[in-house]
Amino acid sequence: MLESREALRAAREKYRALLNSQKKKILICAGTACVAGGSLKIYDEFLRLAREKGIPVSVDLEHESGGDSVGIKKSGCHGFCEMGPLVRVEPKGYLYVKVKPSDCGEILETSIVNDECVDRLVYCEDGEIHKRQDSIPFYKRQNRVVLENCGHLDAASIGEYLALGGYAALEKALFEMTPEDVLHEVEISNLRGRGGGGFPAARKWAQVRQQDSEKKYIVCNGDEGDPGAFMDRSVMESDPHKMLEGMILAAYACGADEGYIYVRAEYPLAVKRLGIAIEQARKFGILGGHILGTDFSFDIRICRGAGAFVCGEGTALTASIEGSRGMPHVKPPHMVEHGLYGKPTVLNNVETYANVAKIVLNGGAWFRTIGPENSPGTKVFALTGNIRNTGLIEVPMGTTLREIIYDIGGGMRGGAEFKAVQIGGPSGGCLTKEHLDLPLDFDSLRKVGAMIGSGGLVVMDEHTCMVEVARFFMSFTQNESCGKCVPCREGTKRMLEILERITAGNGRPDDIELLGELSETISATALCGLGKTAASPVVSTLRYFRDEYEAHIFEKRCPTGTCKKLRRIYIDASLCRGCSKCARGCPVGAITGVIKKPFAIDGDKCVKCGACLTACAFHAVKEG
Amino acid sequence: MSEPCDHKQLDEILQKYDCDPHSIIAILQDTQEVFHYLPADIFDYYSERLGMSRAKIFGVATFYENFSLQPKGKYVIKVCNGTACHVRNSMPILEQLRSDLGLSDKKETTDDLMFTVETVSCLGACGLAPTMTVNDKVYGQMTPEKAEQLVKELKGDGADAGK
Repeated sequence: MLESREALRAAREKYRALLNSQKKKILICAGTACVAGGSLKIYDEFLRLAREKGIPVSVDLEHESGGDSVGIKKSGCHGFCEMGPLVRVEPKGYLYVKVKPSDCGEILETSIVNDECVDRLVYCEDGEIHKRQDSIPFYKRQNRVVLENCGHLDAASIGEYLALGGYAALEKALFEMTPEDVLHEVEISNLRGRGGGGFPAARKWAQVRQQDSEKKYIVCNGDEGDPGAFMDRSVMESDPHKMLEGMILAAYACGADEGYIYVRAEYPLAVKRLGIAIEQARKFGILGGHILGTDFSFDIRICRGAGAFVCGEGTALTASIEGSRGMPHVKPPHMVEHGLYGKPTVLNNVETYANVAKIVLNGGAWFRTIGPENSPGTKVFALTGNIRNTGLIEVPMGTTLREIIYDIGGGMRGGAEFKAVQIGGPSGGCLTKEHLDLPLDFDSLRKVGAMIGSGGLVVMDEHTCMVEVARFFMSFTQNESCGKCVPCREGTKRMLEILERITAGNGRPDDIELLGELSETISATALCGLGKTAASPVVSTLRYFRDEYEAHIFEKRCPTGTCKKLRRIYIDASLCRGCSKCARGCPVGAITGVIKKPFAIDGDKCVKCGACLTACAFHAVKEG
Repeated sequence: MSEPCDHKQLDEILQKYDCDPHSIIAILQDTQEVFHYLPADIFDYYSERLGMSRAKIFGVATFYENFSLQPKGKYVIKVCNGTACHVRNSMPILEQLRSDLGLSDKKETTDDLMFTVETVSCLGACGLAPTMTVNDKVYGQMTPEKAEQLVKELKGDGADAGK
């Protein structure tokens, strides 16, 4: 239990010395993606081999006595999920990709014992070899503020966080600053909420601070429900203390003494790591009563979600914490006046809180040196879809889409052509080729009918059907609609029906107009933010890809060949040798003919499975 | 389900949360962890012990997707159909699993209570798309063939996978 500033500093020095005594370190990525790739087995294998070879090993900073040893640790997400499992060896900084347990022996021998690089395991792009992380194009263009520790520290160790300068912002705030000072720095920084809306964090905090109430709450929204987004998951899993520190600072600034973190149930690892972090912080006197011996008290509880997208909406989230159905209610009253249990509540998302410590430590003016005037700071994006390098990236706000997709993402997968990127999940919109040079920040995106949302970037290539994408999002939103208000409950249902019939080849001439009309009504009248934006994917695909809708409706044709029910498979009589191979393989008996004469497909029977397409040795079966 | 639950287990869960009605979601989550679903007779019991109406508890249980009033299989397979997985073709994987196990979107659990196949909107492992989980263990970069193979292994003994 640390009961003073001096005690905190002494603890930091102690762990720093311990960390420095680990002359070499092996950091094995233990984010969700790498764990799925088998990284825990790699960790076990390293431990086993090191002990077998008699190499002194240090696994846990809190329980080590020190002395020269090799640190073997499970780190948080390195971000380059595509290439996982990832292993980094410090201090040389060698980054090994797609590591298998059978590689561990060689890594230990070559990189730990002999300090050299295992060349066959390093990342290679376009014939160029990258031994270290910082030379890889994927990392080179990034500017990591929120993710600075991700992949560099053991997420389950408060000691490492302290050693790397963690909780220094809290120390500064508690012993050198008044709550007003903290608020003022955040105000200067113009930190805007990273959860989607971009509302200035300081304004929310100031409003809560002003409220005359005994009880105030700090709530963290970790209900990252947007499909294709995993920024918050990575922060919670990889650097949980950073987020806790942000929440504690917010509590100090607002005068709150209780906090909740709402995490979606699909993130079991995040729940586990946060739980460990909170326990450690309590043990160290950083959470709980009289933090670091001061009069300030604050504690945090975790609330697990139970699978409802709508709970990402503030009023639904608080209803869920209170133990009710997670349905939003009308605002006002606003969260800052009447939030959780009817008390003034600050609600920000994970990434927003993760920015706070650095702002308090370095000053708000420092934060404004990154990114454009009105959207300062960096943004973490989850880069996924038909792109070469998928993973987690952090760039200054205002970075263009072109830089993200081509310089960091390495361009399209399989040499396909870029078509569009869906930004902001089911509430966002799509950006196309014409937006490649658009700076990504809150205001410029709003102008083109998209939004940054939480930061999911799903890249789509020329083979993606945009009508089908709109249908996909609508089916998601319809499924997740809580059913409280009619526009969202009924409107999304009708829109989905229309999109389903268009993709099935039964679209009607006035469907486009009808979709537009429904979109307008839903946006204008739905109860909550999620309902209001439910139609966004349809609106934006209609705006940029109207021709695809028209092809589906009027020509009964899917330009990309994605919509199965619109596929037409036929046999080119000039190429068919009449071997009957396709007919024998057809599961529904739709192909008939006489041997050595051209065969034919009965379009009414055909289920468009495509079996004949692959069966034909003469490429006579065609699609179009 | 006619078999009554062991109230001792339910009491332990209630005690963990100090019989606080606000913790009903956590209580139901813990209950589901024990039984793998929410047996019908917990509603009466919890209603009485927590002093909240059965309707309210039932309302919560049916609102959230994670709760199931039907027993689930020993292996719960969730195929991710989030955006990133969708554009990298996750649907053929779901179709393959369903056809291998004789399931559909109406029938999610096999009669022998071995397998449940469902979809999930996003597991947040988009870098490995398409993904699926078997009892919370994540499998990345799946194909219909790999899924078929995995089911075969699970049917065999399942000693390793999914635990």
